Amino acid sequence: MRKSFLLAIGCVVCAVQAQDSPQAFVGATLLTMDGPPIANGTLLVDQGRIVAVGSQVAIPATASVHRLDGKVIMPGLVDTHSHIGQVAGADRSAPIQADVRALDSINSRHAGFMKARAGGITTVNVMPGSGHLLSGQTSYLKLRNASSIEQLAIRTESGAMAGGIKMANGTNPLRASPFPGTRGKAAALMRAQLVSAQEYCQRRESDNPPARNLGQDALCEVFIGERIVHHHSHRHDDVLTVLRLADEFNFRVVLHHVSEGALVADAIARAGVAASIIHIDSPGGKLEVMNLLPDNGKVLADAGVLLAYHTDDPITDSRLFLRSAAMGVRFGLDRETALRSVTINGAKMLDLQDRVGSLTVGKDADFIVLSGDPLSLYTRVEQTWVEGEQVFDLNNPEHALFATGGYGAGRDQVASDVLQLEAAQ
Amino acid sequence: MITRRNALSGLVGLCLLSSPLQAESMLVLADRLYTKNGPVIESGAVLIQDGKIRQVGRQAEIRPPAGIQTLHAAVVTPGLIDARTVVGLAGYLNQPHDQDQLENSTAMQPQLRALDAFNARERLVDWVRSLGVTTLHTGHGPGALISGQTMLRKSYGAQVDDGLMQPLAMIVAQLGPGAFGAENRSPGTRSKQIAMLRQQLIRAQEYQQKLQDVEEGKAPARDLELEALVAVLDGSVPLLVTAYREQDMRSALRIADEFGIRIVLDGAAEAYLMLDAIKAAGVPVILHPTMARQFGELENASFTTAQQLHQAGIPFAFQSGYEAYVPKTRVVLWEAAIAAAYGLPFEAALAAITIDAAKILGIEQQVGSIAVGKDADLVLFSGDPFEYTTQVRQVIINGQLVSDEPH
Repeated sequence: MRKSFLLAIGCVVCAVQAQDSPQAFVGATLLTMDGPPIANGTLLVDQGRIVAVGSQVAIPATASVHRLDGKVIMPGLVDTHSHIGQVAGADRSAPIQADVRALDSINSRHAGFMKARAGGITTVNVMPGSGHLLSGQTSYLKLRNASSIEQLAIRTESGAMAGGIKMANGTNPLRASPFPGTRGKAAALMRAQLVSAQEYCQRRESDNPPARNLGQDALCEVFIGERIVHHHSHRHDDVLTVLRLADEFNFRVVLHHVSEGALVADAIARAGVAASIIHIDSPGGKLEVMNLLPDNGKVLADAGVLLAYHTDDPITDSRLFLRSAAMGVRFGLDRETALRSVTINGAKMLDLQDRVGSLTVGKDADFIVLSGDPLSLYTRVEQTWVEGEQVFDLNNPEHALFATGGYGAGRDQVASDVLQLEAAQ
Repeated sequence: MITRRNALSGLVGLCLLSSPLQAESMLVLADRLYTKNGPVIESGAVLIQDGKIRQVGRQAEIRPPAGIQTLHAAVVTPGLIDARTVVGLAGYLNQPHDQDQLENSTAMQPQLRALDAFNARERLVDWVRSLGVTTLHTGHGPGALISGQTMLRKSYGAQVDDGLMQPLAMIVAQLGPGAFGAENRSPGTRSKQIAMLRQQLIRAQEYQQKLQDVEEGKAPARDLELEALVAVLDGSVPLLVTAYREQDMRSALRIADEFGIRIVLDGAAEAYLMLDAIKAAGVPVILHPTMARQFGELENASFTTAQQLHQAGIPFAFQSGYEAYVPKTRVVLWEAAIAAAYGLPFEAALAAITIDAAKILGIEQQVGSIAVGKDADLVLFSGDPFEYTTQVRQVIINGQLVSDEPH
């Protein structure tokens, strides 16, 4: 009895684990984000990596073949700014809390993870929440078949869990002391922190190192370019303040939201800074975003700014991430940039462009299978694959519940096949 | 394309709004004309005179006057109807000075009129109009047991009276935690909500009885609060009951049954759990926006609820609803579109923001379809109205071109 139970679990494990043999995805149109579309193409995957992409790919005899005629394959989507997993970073005690890590708070069984997979998202920057000058370290995740942060985390070369750091200005961090009360105070507090971090980081290399300070350690990683600053900023003058601080302290920064980006697009482009923006269905909602218009993406891209969209889930729904890019097109953005803005451009903003964001030989086998044009309302994400493993299947009723919603779709859980996989490990 | 200068200043909108209604003729040509009053007409035409639709048919059948102003689009539909919104009351800045959709000093205030709070120059009115919405069922929002009244108005005009269709359309109630009182104020539970609502309706019944029994000169003192509820009791005005959970919707049906009143279910996220009961009660549904965030009371919401209501034969319409944050208003065109992508047939989705919405609101004689004699409210699209990348090219209200910037 016990033996047969284990056997049954073993079969489930077979279905969801990385295949030992190569897999060929054949017949779909490939939107590689690394060259022109390939009609009737073949994507060959082995050991979690892409090993061949093209229209004339020799399929090894050992490969399992997935026929996908009429479908569209594109890279797994990269969401540069999300709050799935009930993430909570800094608390209300101070405006700057660089020591706080998103990864320590993420509920990896949160329904948002399955919904994100259903939306075709494979890489996500989970950001700690709002209302601080610096609300903590962010977490770059792969939405693998897993339910612990250790398994979901993207690792740096040193094996650490990868992430950036989240900062904000404008009205977002303004509140009663010790938080700043004005924009001038906000910038002064941040500059003072960065100055002290500069000194700390220098002394750390000396013969007389200071006592270890977790927050300053994180800022040292910012100064050497290993930890990118993800900076919430809406109003045009706040955007310019970010550029000024980045220039003064020489840190790498990605602008987030950038609601008035269109007003300072040239300055952003000149600074060589990337913009991760959001599509919102109407103007307003707070004073800072009164001038947000849906042609923001077009204006920024036309100025030469590297552009990505983000969900800011739950502000917009991860399952409708492609809609954001499509709405950009409705309001003037070109299709090619729109597709890049949810794939390779986002990957660049997370320093992950060598691993994800395009269907390129050597990169991780992260891709989605679509029923048609990715920018069409009527297209559905049918399959999501991460590192050669399928993590979402629209034909699986349990997965489909997360894709459409319905009774139970909001409860924190992971799909049963993942739980079974864990039980077997 | 929207131009940033115009979109930011609203200048174009105000210029259009300030010109008086004129007796005008216009011819609208459509490659595909969805009249919602019969089958699709290929190569269709609509002749407009004096703000009304005068002729509808194939282009070959219409004989327009020479030199008539002519517009042409790939697809033309009736003007869209937002079956439940707060635009005009809840402003886009989202500051205390422009949030008039909820007064929460007490739990029940059915006497609050929408027209006393409506800002005709509110930017969100311009915004939804530019996206094809020509008729608004707008007024007080969710958040109180009875928050106030709604009205029906076109989405054009520089002051509230312009385009006003009905000053009182419905009285708004809400059941469930979304309408609990703050800081230990009642109602604090579902049971308390129902007890308070029943008690107030009983008071209104007694007031109604006094009004009927009154002898000459012996009228009861006027009570605006109870007066408004008498309109619900006598059936002239429906009670719009916001309820998301199944148990709250069942409470709404129980109240409707006890007092013999007309209700419309609003929100109805778990309607798919009780389709038979809703259908048996003959209650229409104004469904939450399809893209409403699926957590809290909407944790069980589904993109497919509209399709299930349609399949069950329950009359329903889409709404933009109320948003406390962003987007400060949703757009019914886009909410219907998502439902169409998740199983709701195209024509049913279009009906739910045109003729079916008009029927639920009781204005189907005036708007909701392209039919001779109705108001000339039309939307001109560059293609499939629901497709993400299609644009609204022009919007016509009462025969006037009120939006001419692609959106």
